[in-house]
Amino acid sequence: MAEKLTVATTSLAGCFGCHMSLLDIDERILALAEVASFDRSPLTDIKHCGDKVDLGLVEGGLCNAENVHTLREFRQHCRILVAVGACAINGGLPALRNHIELEECLAESYLDGVGVENPQIPNDVELPLLLNKVHPIHEVVKVDYFLPGCPPSADTIWKFLSDLAAGREPSLPRELIHYD
Amino acid sequence: MTKPSILIDGKPIPFTEGQTIMEAATMAGVYIPHLCHNPEFEPHGSCKLCTVKVNGRNCSACTFPAADGQEVLNDTAELNELRRTITQLLFVEGNHLCPSCEKSGNCQLQAAAYFLGMADAHYPFFYPKRELDASHPDILLDRDRCIFCALCVRASQDADGKNVFAIGGRGIDSNLIVNSPTGKLADTPIAAADKAAQVCPVGAILVKRRGFEVPIGERIYDKHTLAEESLEREEPIMESQHG
Repeated sequence: MAEKLTVATTSLAGCFGCHMSLLDIDERILALAEVASFDRSPLTDIKHCGDKVDLGLVEGGLCNAENVHTLREFRQHCRILVAVGACAINGGLPALRNHIELEECLAESYLDGVGVENPQIPNDVELPLLLNKVHPIHEVVKVDYFLPGCPPSADTIWKFLSDLAAGREPSLPRELIHYD
Repeated sequence: MTKPSILIDGKPIPFTEGQTIMEAATMAGVYIPHLCHNPEFEPHGSCKLCTVKVNGRNCSACTFPAADGQEVLNDTAELNELRRTITQLLFVEGNHLCPSCEKSGNCQLQAAAYFLGMADAHYPFFYPKRELDASHPDILLDRDRCIFCALCVRASQDADGKNVFAIGGRGIDSNLIVNSPTGKLADTPIAAADKAAQVCPVGAILVKRRGFEVPIGERIYDKHTLAEESLEREEPIMESQHG
């Protein structure tokens, strides 16, 4: 039997909706398990990519320094890197803050917002620093494929994965391209 | 005398004197992608999505007059790639966040991107800061989504006789401006039934209180390509104009 495809996944500034959509492939996940094994992923709880990962699926855009760090690790270890979903592709919902100064965002959330008690801006050294703006991932690393959608449907993800597993150049028919 | 004709991708397309390449193509059921063109109004020639090769030169099909014997290339890999690039530039120059837009599924910019097989916007995003105008009781103006097609400008002037809109500024600072002392939509005579309030191909001008009348997944371009819908909508308009 041919060696299994190793797959790593991560959610950066995302909502895990794209991961949920991956799980929505339902029983097809058994067929996927025949040809692929998971490396670093919230599904395995493996914290870092192995040396050789075939496929990295990245959900979410970049809103803080840790997102950038993780993305670079993915690019370094993954042969094929895929931007999964609207946030990875164009910043998505988190990018709505790009029109508001970061200082104003923090003040609204942690100082002046309705119902805030003990107002203070979180400043623990453990917390990754926020980026001034939210960015899509292609602005930082080379991305090989894009799966649009919020989230991309299970069928879209399945079509992409099955194309790749069968050694075909992945392509999405018109019906599977949606941005919403 | 036989009717003059042009060749579009090798197919003879008859036309009547005075017609543009776009008009001849539409009446013959040949789709040329476009965003700023709407046959109800004077062609604007600004979006450049309808760029075709006429005897070897790039021209806007919506403004270029058809002439007997012209050889026009339309549906070619090169032109469609150019159109996709233009569409990507439109996406990065505005704030087009489809998942949170009421127009999603009915939006011609999105449908053009689907039609051209755009999976991502490729270029770095500008995230321009644009002002929202919710002042009018019945109409929302969300400038984030404006693509400067000027259809509302033309509709307000030509169909409504009100002259409510204009495009101001240059380049990335281009801006849809409102003709009132305050610059607010509430202080103009625009009404929800006006053509200018209905004609926007994207989600920049929306009539209020109609959100999600049709659910996502059931909308125009969820079911049809822009090519199908565009020809179906525009052919009868052309027929009535040119017979």
